Amino acid sequence: MSGVLLAVSNLQIDYGTGSKATHAVRGVDFEVQRGAIVAIVGESGSGKSTISQALVRRLAEGGAIVGGGIVFDGRDLTALPERALRHIRGAQIGFVPQDPSNSLNPLIRVGEQIAEGLRLHKKLSKTDAAAEAVRILDEVGIPNPAARAQQFPHELSGGMKQRVLIGMAWSCSPQLVIADEPTSALDVTVQRQVLDRLESLARDTGTSVVLVTHDLAVAVDRADHIIVMRHGQIVEQGSVEQVLVNPTDEYTRELVAAAPGLSSSRLQPRPVGVSEKLTLAFRRNAGGTPTILEVEKLTKTYSLRGPAGRTQLVAADSVSFAIPRGGTFSIVGESGSGKTTTARIAARIVEPDSGVIRFDGDDISALRGEELRQLRRRIQVVYQNPFGSLDPTMTIERIITEPLRAFRVGSRAQQKDVAHALLDAVRLAPELASRRPVQLSGGQRQRVAIARALALGPELLVLDEPVSALDVSVQEQILQLLVDLQAEFGLSYLFISHDLGVIRQVSDRIAVMQFGRIVEQGDAGELLAQPKEQYTRDLLESIPGRRAQ
Amino acid sequence: MRSFLKPGAIVSAIVVLLFVAIVAAPQLFATHDALEGVAVDKFHAPSLTYLFGTDNLGRDIYSRVIYGAYLSLVSAAAAVGVGVVIGGLVGLLSGFIGGALDFVLMRVVDVLIAVPGILLALIVVASIGFGTWSVALGVGIGAAGAFARIMRSQVVRIRNEEYVEAARTLGVRWPAIMFTHVLPNSARPMIALAALELGSAILSVSALSFLGFGAQPPTPEWGSLVSSGRDFVAIAPWLSILPGVVILVAVLAVNRLSRAIGGDK
Repeated sequence: MSGVLLAVSNLQIDYGTGSKATHAVRGVDFEVQRGAIVAIVGESGSGKSTISQALVRRLAEGGAIVGGGIVFDGRDLTALPERALRHIRGAQIGFVPQDPSNSLNPLIRVGEQIAEGLRLHKKLSKTDAAAEAVRILDEVGIPNPAARAQQFPHELSGGMKQRVLIGMAWSCSPQLVIADEPTSALDVTVQRQVLDRLESLARDTGTSVVLVTHDLAVAVDRADHIIVMRHGQIVEQGSVEQVLVNPTDEYTRELVAAAPGLSSSRLQPRPVGVSEKLTLAFRRNAGGTPTILEVEKLTKTYSLRGPAGRTQLVAADSVSFAIPRGGTFSIVGESGSGKTTTARIAARIVEPDSGVIRFDGDDISALRGEELRQLRRRIQVVYQNPFGSLDPTMTIERIITEPLRAFRVGSRAQQKDVAHALLDAVRLAPELASRRPVQLSGGQRQRVAIARALALGPELLVLDEPVSALDVSVQEQILQLLVDLQAEFGLSYLFISHDLGVIRQVSDRIAVMQFGRIVEQGDAGELLAQPKEQYTRDLLESIPGRRAQ
Repeated sequence: MRSFLKPGAIVSAIVVLLFVAIVAAPQLFATHDALEGVAVDKFHAPSLTYLFGTDNLGRDIYSRVIYGAYLSLVSAAAAVGVGVVIGGLVGLLSGFIGGALDFVLMRVVDVLIAVPGILLALIVVASIGFGTWSVALGVGIGAAGAFARIMRSQVVRIRNEEYVEAARTLGVRWPAIMFTHVLPNSARPMIALAALELGSAILSVSALSFLGFGAQPPTPEWGSLVSSGRDFVAIAPWLSILPGVVILVAVLAVNRLSRAIGGDK
């Protein structure tokens, strides 16, 4: 079982034709050995997903292979007629899609969805296929497979659905499985289980895997061979050790440095260039109580109306913590842990059922109307999604000066000066002031959102997953910026993230949340080095990149 | 954008621009006086002198159509304006404030939509008096229901956008959020619907004038031109047919163009 299974040579893919064509992939060569796991790593727009789609000739509309060859098991897939390809897809090349929630037919039971491929490609009888489907569910680690096979996709969790899809990809014993970001929609601990399953299946069956991922740490953990892509070209490829230890390309070096799983230390602040014009509403924070925000016994319950009647969802269960002035307090947890609800209660966006919130020594839990509005000068929020939190109809300058207008701070000319000074502070070019959000990249937009939050000179920033929608190298830059601004302006942060790798780069204190409760909290260094709770240990172990350490 | 380049859309755009020019400066297009006829030339068939022929008083129908464009088209545009303003306001308040107000306003809108627009316009005109501008008001109120629904659905969607919540946490007051975030982001579908409604407003205004609720003789107006030609349809069919064709062309052009604006082909 050795030798080359898949050989891609000088592959070129365009979207659109003629002068409007975008060259998504520009001359890519690589080989996949039988039984090997090859990871294609790159950021959004690097062409990595385009390649994975091209391997099964399933390009998005407007995409076309304009040059090069894809030789799979001795046959050139670029030259094969569509009819012949149908016998290869599913049967010899399996595909694990990115988002498990959209990839299963919601109206068909999951067992039947697996059995369908078995009947088609392996020509199994109906009963044999159904039995085989149950065996496959068992193999991918789904408990009680016979009962699960009878369920519909909405009755399964995201991790289970992705395992079903992995089972489907392997159902016809393919020679190659292509997995396009198979875990980026899943929680970290689930991500690890799914990747474990994928890896062991590959090792046991001798199937080759092409793993497409944006996360270098995941690639390092799982792959034999890593391909690093940028702007449609391969910038570097080689064994894991080669790429990690001795990267020859500058971009690879940056990626290795930026991967949150691979660097464990806290970021050090660097000086920020701040114009003197940034004085209008701005205070450099010094005085006040040593604890800037303190919450006590916050409780919030949502009642959900589901198919089984009303159910109570406890989003925050007696949550207490204190944020030191000038420091970063982080809450880490998986989806549904209540971390975002807690942050929103602390920022007085959501009302708690009970509990006390004290800001700078004053009880703010009962503030209403104008008093609450005045509090916004001191507490600001940066949202997760920089594509949603900026009004698409406004220019960047209007967005940044909006809080100044809301509080009637300064004249128009002064506001404009503040906007430019803030753009400078978040390291954006002043020309961007007249652009609109759509003309900016994700990282640039998040910088704008941070600049807007800073406009009134707040003391506390609530950062709700501020980097999780961004590419890794951009993540790193934004985190560095946050650390720099904190040192410059004496800001305090309440930082929310699902990613311990990110959290350990910025935090002074960390709280771990699960099912609405804080399971453990403490000093960042201590908690990461000697976690007391099993769940914290699970989270730590789920950070990809262990193989690198 | 591509739909603007289709030949149908280009022709429509030219026709609409031509009508705009006629409304703005009818004297450049008219060949005769619209009100004073030449008695000896009555019932003249269409010719080079009288492009659309003449009526029983010897008035040039072509010139009357040209001068009538102002009342017909401007009142149709006013009707759409009334619909946008009333409907937009109702939809904005309903969607933004919600609760009991939303419930009450939306039931009123349900009634508005249930009654055929032309009938509603008739009721309005009958209660406030005849005339082109009451017709415009009536047609506008008849169209307001649709605008209110579109506006409300947009506002409800926009209200839950993250940038609206972000504005609130920035300390922006509710009225400012409504006018700086919600309104600008809701405008696009309203504009598309307004363009579409303009075509049917031209038709409705003309229909009500035809029935005699609009401009009174001798003021030239498209609907009343068709109507007054009816009496002589046996001997001078052009009196009704040609103004009718003009109405048809105007409505078609506006509709085609609004589809190009709305984005579908």
